[in-house]
Amino acid sequence: MGEIHHHPMPTTSVEDRVAALEALLVEKGILDAEAIDAVVEHYEHVVGPMNGAKVVARAWVDDAYRDRLLADGTAAISELGFSGQEGDHMVVLENTPEVHNAVVCTLCSCYPWPVLGLPPNWYKSPPYRSRMVREPRVVLEEMGCIVPGECEIRVWDSSAEVRYLVLPMRPAGSEELSEDELAGLVTRDSMIGVARL
Amino acid sequence: MHDLGGLQGFGLVEIEEDEPVFHADWERRAYRLSIAAMLAGHLNGRFRHAIERMDPAWYLASAYYEHWLTATATGLVEGGLVTQHELDERLGSPFPLARPIRAPRLDEPGRSVDSHKYAIGDRVRVREWHPIGHTRAPRYVQGKHGMVSRLDGVFSLPDVEYHCDQRRLEPTYSVRFEAEDVWGAPGDPVYVDVWESYLEPGRLSDDG
Repeated sequence: MGEIHHHPMPTTSVEDRVAALEALLVEKGILDAEAIDAVVEHYEHVVGPMNGAKVVARAWVDDAYRDRLLADGTAAISELGFSGQEGDHMVVLENTPEVHNAVVCTLCSCYPWPVLGLPPNWYKSPPYRSRMVREPRVVLEEMGCIVPGECEIRVWDSSAEVRYLVLPMRPAGSEELSEDELAGLVTRDSMIGVARL
Repeated sequence: MHDLGGLQGFGLVEIEEDEPVFHADWERRAYRLSIAAMLAGHLNGRFRHAIERMDPAWYLASAYYEHWLTATATGLVEGGLVTQHELDERLGSPFPLARPIRAPRLDEPGRSVDSHKYAIGDRVRVREWHPIGHTRAPRYVQGKHGMVSRLDGVFSLPDVEYHCDQRRLEPTYSVRFEAEDVWGAPGDPVYVDVWESYLEPGRLSDDG
């Protein structure tokens, strides 16, 4: 089997290493690139925050749906057709005038793929993961998210199997908008809890 | 180096406007080959722990999908599906992997539990528990007192799954920790999701 190389810092380019492992896995029949491309396409183009936005907009216009969503996030989200890997155990966190929720994964990068897609780099970055649990109010302010002093910030570290979606408060003045128009107001960051609408 | 909660020294969170899902073709290809190995079941109980075993300096300095690439290569070598020699030959130079597993292999998974021992509102403490190997008990709450806020499902305990051929199922919880109890200073609370093994009965917050 030979020696295993555990270099502190690699000297080869990551592109070359990807190419080497890819070629080896194709040769061994472990990677069928065309078959897996469909999965990659799905997460690159089909799944994204527009899914979560539909969930939020529905909750804003339909009180019974909102109640179901808060009681059993996984079931209510799948009513709209969104489910799968990293979304099997969903909990939805409702923002109120008294409580602002925000989500982090300090140990890795846990994120609700079916409703938000794959996570952005900042969510996976050491600054966010280290600081968000310790000084969330400061981090949110730096990110342009001002939470009123009397409003408690609840930070949720998704360290086990649950994945979280924040239900932002419906913006004032949006009473006349349709469900589709409302979904257009909902941003990815508001559903992670690092922005307010 | 993965257990980052509360660690000091990091700066601003850098946000990229209109960030693409993949920043370069190699990221997409690293994701693709990792997903293929995962879907085929070749990385079960290996992937996350392999990322955690990357050299700390390398972990912090490398892009997210380089973690994936390295963990997939490491897991496949450890699973006997590819060899270090094959990787080196393909690359034309030594292919760097994560450090070896140091935790001993467990013969027995321990007893599975299917009902919650603690109830919502119970005071609990996260055990001080630092064995060599994989855990999902973040260091910043180990030894800290909190309150059970939600009962979640019964899932495989990763500390066992990653180091044993069998699984141990346990209830999970969300526990609320006050900033005073975690950082010794006023602030906003944090909720952490934990397996039952990580917890022991806690004291009331008024006990001082």
